[in-house]
Amino acid sequence: MDALKQELKSKIIEVLNLEDVTVADINDDDALFGDGLGLDSIDALELIVLMDKNYGIKLTDPKEGKTIFQSIATMAAYIDANRTK
Amino acid sequence: MKGCYINGMGMVSAQNLFETDFLETAVPYTTENVLFAQQPSYKELIPPAMIRRMAKGVKMGIYASTKALNEAGMENPGAIITGTGMGCVEDSEKFLKTILDNNEAFLTPTSFIQSTHNTVGAQIALGLQCKSYNFTYVNGAVSLETALMDAKMQIECDGVASVLVGGIDEIAAHTLSLYKLANIIKTEEDKPYSVINSDSKGIVFSEGASFFALEDSQKATTYAQIVDVALRNAMTSNQVTSFITNFLAANKLELSQIDAVVLGNNGDVDYDDYYEAAAALFSETPQWYYKHLSGEYNTASGFGLWMAAHCIKKQQVPSVVKKNSLERELYQKVLIYNQCRGKDHSLILLQKC
Repeated sequence: MDALKQELKSKIIEVLNLEDVTVADINDDDALFGDGLGLDSIDALELIVLMDKNYGIKLTDPKEGKTIFQSIATMAAYIDANRTK
Repeated sequence: MKGCYINGMGMVSAQNLFETDFLETAVPYTTENVLFAQQPSYKELIPPAMIRRMAKGVKMGIYASTKALNEAGMENPGAIITGTGMGCVEDSEKFLKTILDNNEAFLTPTSFIQSTHNTVGAQIALGLQCKSYNFTYVNGAVSLETALMDAKMQIECDGVASVLVGGIDEIAAHTLSLYKLANIIKTEEDKPYSVINSDSKGIVFSEGASFFALEDSQKATTYAQIVDVALRNAMTSNQVTSFITNFLAANKLELSQIDAVVLGNNGDVDYDDYYEAAAALFSETPQWYYKHLSGEYNTASGFGLWMAAHCIKKQQVPSVVKKNSLERELYQKVLIYNQCRGKDHSLILLQKC
């Protein structure tokens, strides 16, 4: 699970082009949206594509996203339980 | 009818001019066939959350427009009008490549959102929360001039007090490779590159952004008045003389009343005859040039306009832009002529205030 969390952090930095952020700057339980990493709705779409492309997870219910994308820890747990690749 | 005055300017080009007053440090390029724009520090002007999504053209446009607005003290323009020949081609390429690489799946939104030609105008408006007229012209090498013409009409005919107008074009890798394949860009064998008396085909390709804060009245920062703009899609080199003389006649001017002419010579031997015809017409007039400094791109004439407006305001002409040795005591009226590959001809008439 720790390896998955690290992988997720580096993928998010790369995909969202978070220029001044390093893997070490993101805590597992930091909020991804709002006061935490400060991501927005366009980033949410990028994360949905990231989940589909890298882990074979298709999110169809937008309400699910709110829970899944709370933090790196919640994302990793959902991926671990639902990944198809 | 009110006049149209350039009250602020901003420029990002192949020249590093961010710390200088004008062209003091300008360097003519002779050894590179592709000139990338010198990039300023964007962090002071653009919030990090926005900058991470922006391609180079958007960043250059935001920087140049902010400089122009700040200089003119313009907070919320009555119109934002941009011109671009190729648009945000970097994000267009990225989006199209993703379609191919991922077999039409996994398409991410950011590059798609920012791949449109009007991205720069839209981003400027979003940043300013400006809900006024916003338009982007994509008319090849007269994109900026078309935007200028619209801006002029907005001010002179529609009673708009202030207009932000600019031209932006960026280099993107795949488009660059296609230009090279099509022999639009000069080859290594053509070195050293020169825009005057060149014997080789093609251009030195470049990119940049130029923005102009235009208003209906003069102020302390005013550079010059834009008196008239004319466009012609295509013509033969034999028609250059009548294009220019008819334009001057429409403005009730004689050739001798033009104090300097700015020519867009880009070193493409196949189309030099257009500029030779214009130069011959103004053989008794100071001639200036600039594409040895800026390179060629669809909105490169913005560099010429920026340079001419500076020279008019300062009444000083840097030796690096003098094409002949003629000088005038006063530079009152300056004419800018540009064309690209025998098409997209434009004239801009500037007047000292």
